[in-house]
Amino acid sequence: MQQMQRKWVALGLVGALGLAAGPAFAVGAVSSDYQWLTFAVFAAIIGLTMYVTYVASKRVKSASDFYTAGGGISGMQNGWAIAGDYLSAASFLGIAGLISQYGYDGFMYSVGWLMAYITVLLLIAEPCRNIGKYTLSDILAYRNDPRKTRIVGALSVITVSTFYLTAQMVGGGVLVKTLVGIDYEVSVIAVGVLMLSYVLFGGMVATTWVQIIKAILLVTASVVLVMLVWTPYGFSLPAFLTDVVGDSKVQARVAALLGDASTNMTADELGQRFLEPGLYFKAPIDQISLGLALVFGTAGLPHILMRFFTVPTAQQARKSVVWAMAIIGGFYVLTLFLGFGAARFVGPAEIAAVDAGGNMAAPLLAQYLGGGANSFLGNFMLAFVSAVAFATIVAVVAGLVLAASSALAHDLYVGVFRAGETVTPQEQVKAARIATLVVGAMSIMIGIAAKGQNVAVLVGLAFAVAASANFPCVLLTLYWKRCNTAGIVAGMLVGTLSAVGLTLVSPNLTYPIAATEAAQKVLAAEPAKRESIAVALASTDAAVAAKAAKDAAALDKVIAKANADIEKNAGKRTSFMGLEKPLIGLKNPGIISIPLGFLSVLLFSLLFRDRRAEAMWNEVYARQNTGILVSRSSAH
Amino acid sequence: MLVKADKTVDWDAVIADPRFQALHKKKSAFLWGLMAFSVAYYFLLPIGAAYFQELFAIRVWGPINVGLLFALSQFIVAWSVAIYYSRKANAEFDRMAAEIADDVARQGG
Repeated sequence: MQQMQRKWVALGLVGALGLAAGPAFAVGAVSSDYQWLTFAVFAAIIGLTMYVTYVASKRVKSASDFYTAGGGISGMQNGWAIAGDYLSAASFLGIAGLISQYGYDGFMYSVGWLMAYITVLLLIAEPCRNIGKYTLSDILAYRNDPRKTRIVGALSVITVSTFYLTAQMVGGGVLVKTLVGIDYEVSVIAVGVLMLSYVLFGGMVATTWVQIIKAILLVTASVVLVMLVWTPYGFSLPAFLTDVVGDSKVQARVAALLGDASTNMTADELGQRFLEPGLYFKAPIDQISLGLALVFGTAGLPHILMRFFTVPTAQQARKSVVWAMAIIGGFYVLTLFLGFGAARFVGPAEIAAVDAGGNMAAPLLAQYLGGGANSFLGNFMLAFVSAVAFATIVAVVAGLVLAASSALAHDLYVGVFRAGETVTPQEQVKAARIATLVVGAMSIMIGIAAKGQNVAVLVGLAFAVAASANFPCVLLTLYWKRCNTAGIVAGMLVGTLSAVGLTLVSPNLTYPIAATEAAQKVLAAEPAKRESIAVALASTDAAVAAKAAKDAAALDKVIAKANADIEKNAGKRTSFMGLEKPLIGLKNPGIISIPLGFLSVLLFSLLFRDRRAEAMWNEVYARQNTGILVSRSSAH
Repeated sequence: MLVKADKTVDWDAVIADPRFQALHKKKSAFLWGLMAFSVAYYFLLPIGAAYFQELFAIRVWGPINVGLLFALSQFIVAWSVAIYYSRKANAEFDRMAAEIADDVARQGG
């Protein structure tokens, strides 16, 4: 058995590398002269994680080992693993990118992701450790009808995981393509195969260690970059920011964002504006709605909740959240320097030219700091940051697949399909592995099918469903005596459906009429822009002419995209949902769907009283507060 | 395992235990109070950024303005809340809970 596993791990490794190295390369951020370097760094990191998986695979014998590493992870280890699970490519590359493009608003965006852990720490982590076993549904099923609550719980877990997983897969595919030029489909398959080999052979033990390794790499890479950015300023924040706001690239970006409003502003005012709110978030209600989804959604994310079952006691669960908050918060403070540093040294327009969303800010900054595009060190640093980003995606995806397959195998198969029967430990592990294969294969297929989908919308949806369905149900069953099966079934359904439904009629989808109009506007403005570029091109000042040449190239791209948009939307009048324009103006449904989720749990619990659930309240409440009956036998 | 089976624990007696009631009262007030404070403090950030932009733009130290300091203060507050809670829990709540749990373990065999 062990021999066979070793062979399979080796095969997975070779397969993933082969896939990654096989196809012809398109143009990525890494120049083709240095692509071998990127692959060497990738191979080193993959090799390390594969070795860890191999060691871990020997330790996975029971369902408890597979789902929760036998409850034998320490608080500090779990804290690093939570950080590894949570700091997805969206937060690593996305927030640094947002700061480089929009300044203050990007940094403000990062705060909600940290504040979310206050909810987890104060209300969720310890009770979950004391009551649950492997999954979120264990908590819901405790004093309710196990069959019904497990079914709705598993459905919601699978919904949240699928949205989040798709976002990671799409984001990962695009990222790897942009960085190294591997085809989108091939990158998605490589991420999927690697992740599957971790989870399948090493279960939670390997997943935890892959997440820890990734978090350490991510933090190390960021600290090194920040040191390089900040040292020249003598570690003075005002000196660094003075230089950022005084930079002409930053000032030009603000002028471009503000448009006509900027005509009477001085260069100093434009630069300072970069440190003030309002460049990214336009509608206050959107910000608040997103904030709600983040602050309450994190506590309902199944792959984060699952991490609390890997520690032996409530004290260790508490300790792990404190560690996670230190690491995650510290990381977001570092992104302030990464984002502003990228804006100052690389330039917002130059970053956007490689990737419109700004996601390449951190990698391009690394390349600049190492000595630029033609230096060995510059390319080594770019390769390292790219490999870390790749490891980031794989680790997050592994955590998500584990959460989704536990819902499938533990809740639906063992808990519902074979309820009342004895399922042997061997059968449970087998069910878990089969579920992992199914979820993993599905995630690869969805990742390929969802090419071109908006990643931010998918992540927003995952958080909205988690905040509107999972969070009210978990919170109320832990803290409200009257909460019962009817309330949970209603809360899960209403929360999920309202979050998804509101998103489907929101401005996030593409509305062909508006998209065509916007594209036509761009085309109409083209001649005037061409003229001014032509004037600048003729300038005797070499710097002005060089900038004009860049502007011309950027304009070509914009025009090509506008033409493509018009072509894509030709003959269409309605969105995917058959709407000509959005029904609501909200970009994130949280502010409506979260109260709806809570109300449904309250209302249906009161309408359908359940004496048994109320009678068991004392047991639930005593257990979650004291930790009586927490199994310590399996702690290693 | 502390106790062999669920049935050996008299949960109503645990809840009725004055020590549990004391723990419950102390913990509830503390947790929900801290939670309300944290959420309120966090939402001041997006609300301030949306409706008090002039206040946020006031420069304090070189280019550093009120808004940037307030955003940075969110990190300090989040970490302080976490440390404050875990100190309190480690020092008080855990001890109170352990007393009750130990008694139950003794009675349960």
